[in-house]
Amino acid sequence: MNSLNIVVSGEAGSGIQTVETLLCEIFRRQHYVFSTKEYMSRVRGGANTTTIRISDSRINGFCEKTDILLSLDKKGIERIRERITSNTLIFGDVTETEKNSFSIDFSKIALETGNKVFSNTVATGFILGLLNKDKEIAGSVIGSFFATKGDQVIKGNIEALNKGYLTGQEFRKKLLFEAHIETVKEVERELFINGAEAVGTGAILGGCNFISSYPMTPSTPVFTFLAQHSKDFNIIVEQAEDEISAINMVLGSWYAGGRAMVSTSGGGFALMVESISLSGMIESPVVIHLGQRPGPATGLPTRTEQGDLLFSLFSGHGEFPRVIFAPGDLNESIFLTAKAFNIADKYQIPVFILTDQYLIDTYYNIPEPDFSLFDIEYYYLKETDPSYRRYKFTDNGISERAIPGNSGFVCLDSDEHDEDGHITEDREIRRKMVEKRNKKIMNIAEIERFEPCFYGHENYEILVLSWGSTKNTVLEAISQIDGARLGYLHFPIIYPLPSNIDNFFRKAKKTIVIENNYTSQFSKLLKMEKGIEVKEKILKYDGHPFSVEQITNALKEKI
Amino acid sequence: MKDLNNAWCPGCGNFGILSSIDKAIDELGIKRENIVMVSGIGQAAKLPHYTNVNFFNGLHGRSIPVATGIKATKPELTVIVVSGDGCIYGEGGNHFIHGIRRNPDITVIVHNNMVYGLTKGQASPTSQIGFRTPIQVCGVFEEPFNAIAVAIALNASFVARCFSADIEKTKEIIKLAIKHKGFSFVEILQPCVTFNKVNTYAWFRERTYYLDSSYSPDDRIKAFETSLEKDRISLGILYTGFQRKTFEQNLEDCGIVYPVIRRKSNIKNDLLKSLKKNHSK
Repeated sequence: MNSLNIVVSGEAGSGIQTVETLLCEIFRRQHYVFSTKEYMSRVRGGANTTTIRISDSRINGFCEKTDILLSLDKKGIERIRERITSNTLIFGDVTETEKNSFSIDFSKIALETGNKVFSNTVATGFILGLLNKDKEIAGSVIGSFFATKGDQVIKGNIEALNKGYLTGQEFRKKLLFEAHIETVKEVERELFINGAEAVGTGAILGGCNFISSYPMTPSTPVFTFLAQHSKDFNIIVEQAEDEISAINMVLGSWYAGGRAMVSTSGGGFALMVESISLSGMIESPVVIHLGQRPGPATGLPTRTEQGDLLFSLFSGHGEFPRVIFAPGDLNESIFLTAKAFNIADKYQIPVFILTDQYLIDTYYNIPEPDFSLFDIEYYYLKETDPSYRRYKFTDNGISERAIPGNSGFVCLDSDEHDEDGHITEDREIRRKMVEKRNKKIMNIAEIERFEPCFYGHENYEILVLSWGSTKNTVLEAISQIDGARLGYLHFPIIYPLPSNIDNFFRKAKKTIVIENNYTSQFSKLLKMEKGIEVKEKILKYDGHPFSVEQITNALKEKI
Repeated sequence: MKDLNNAWCPGCGNFGILSSIDKAIDELGIKRENIVMVSGIGQAAKLPHYTNVNFFNGLHGRSIPVATGIKATKPELTVIVVSGDGCIYGEGGNHFIHGIRRNPDITVIVHNNMVYGLTKGQASPTSQIGFRTPIQVCGVFEEPFNAIAVAIALNASFVARCFSADIEKTKEIIKLAIKHKGFSFVEILQPCVTFNKVNTYAWFRERTYYLDSSYSPDDRIKAFETSLEKDRISLGILYTGFQRKTFEQNLEDCGIVYPVIRRKSNIKNDLLKSLKKNHSK
């Protein structure tokens, strides 16, 4: 396996996004590409970097190693100082006192083509020349990228690309630089998407026809994706005045027969919490995409953390059931989000999709997902008669859900209610209603076959655990550790926990949990639900994702 | 209808309001199975329990967003919000403002008794200055919330005020409100016989008057002026006539095709195609 890590470093609004988009679009037609970004909470200026990793095999972990740094401004190096080694080649806006650094004025080269604004295309061309890439693919990508801007702009950009390319070629020869990344034919047909698009795709696949939300980083791109696709897939999209309104519109939509979701993040979700409890009481389905970011309060708005596991688990006053999914990769993001709609509808409960900024903003290519693996299931009654009772007592606690417009009235109450949905304080009914609500998901883990994903050595001595977005990085880290029998258990479904997991722990001499938080919330959940104690913990809470190097080193220390 | 033990005090203005709403529905001939009442919390919010309709008795203050979601998803339903001044103007004030801006085709009936009944007598957003309660021991010093003026300022498409004791007149206004396409706001003044000894039936009778035929409800400036009257309280339709597109109409104009609740075709191929298109740019 060969891979090359290119880091693009620049200020927000300086064109860093053009460079990253062009490079990814060009590379992804020939290689496996992984790209992730970290950025500051501001519109212009600040410090933003994008890591683009190209490879000849499918690996999607985040590596700190920097082979090439493309610095688009003076502070380009300082932003990632700790990721630069003696092998890093640095190009762009740099003073050449740095080791292996070469000052190149992309704007000056762009001016030769007539316009300074083409400097980002020059920088893109430079990288392609340095790596000796096919220029034709680049030309066609530029053609479609600038298609709406007219022929003049396309022509100027192609010229700028060529100039940058020539400069790149010069450096390639001068430095005898060679990247041994084989071209992979199959990738051309693959999708190149990020976590937000995967969650949005899953929502459409799951039959979502209504979303109301309030913009909040990092959850907004899911909201945007559904808005962008609203006409094609008939999705009602409304930006609410606040998150409280958003989730109440969504509950109204489910009541009237919709399949509705909200997309939000920590603080916004905090505002929705009373209505999560409402969904518990009125037994309404609801799907919540919760894109985690570091708290408390406003925290680090554009950074990443797995800090809201227990918050989502305990959100809402009173006792009522819920299900929490935490997809670890793009495929899981698509299919678990789709499944969330079926589960919410079937059990009449809130279902959470727990992602984070890292997953949402990370792109890589995946084979075309097989959508035939999923089917929308509708559980509401199409017809009723006047004897219909919304909260009829049943063996499994689930009463048939009707929507209004039929001869049976559909009556919901946030107060404790009787089988008809009317307010009551009758003690016997109260007791039975509490039991009814809470037993709905009693055997859900078996019925729906909630399973963890196992990787690694069948006869492991050490069991590594993680949940959510750390999956690909942990997988790669584990593959790099020799001499220890490692097993790895990834949890894409974190509540209710799969029922058979005790077996996995019995075999392990040592268990290590990896979490992007301070309090190791997942190990608390394991202890609370299963009595399983995990002593070894690898935790990170600086607002940044784990890297393959960090996990590898931390595991080596613990083994 | 189930024989429920009604939780309202004898003499409560709510009885008159319930009667007006029931008569309005019957006279309009709307099938009750196609009506959804959405309410929040408070004595007024219990009203849907005492009639024959579908209802969503949700959280305090949140009825307008719930009603918006219902109407947008299934527009053939007649959606009526019924709640009190604390619920709609206090806890749900933000939704009142933005609901008017959004203009869903719903009717919002607000019982205004200028006091919190269910929590036993604290001030409401419409309590008058000087109104004493166990909490407001020196009397209320906040300016009362003038919902009618706010609604006119926001260009609400139908703004009316009624008095609960005038069942017939209130019924006629509710009928027009339900028929009106867009956010129809009806405030109903209502005495609280237990906790508000100031704003009594007699107090309302002395101050209220009906707008007569010389009044044109399409004159926004005049309507605003009328809403600011201090010494007397106008009843009737204060402002309407200006046609605004409803939320649902805007959704349709933006490409939403009804019914939305059952997807007709298999979307899987389209979804794959659109994901590929997205990334060929």
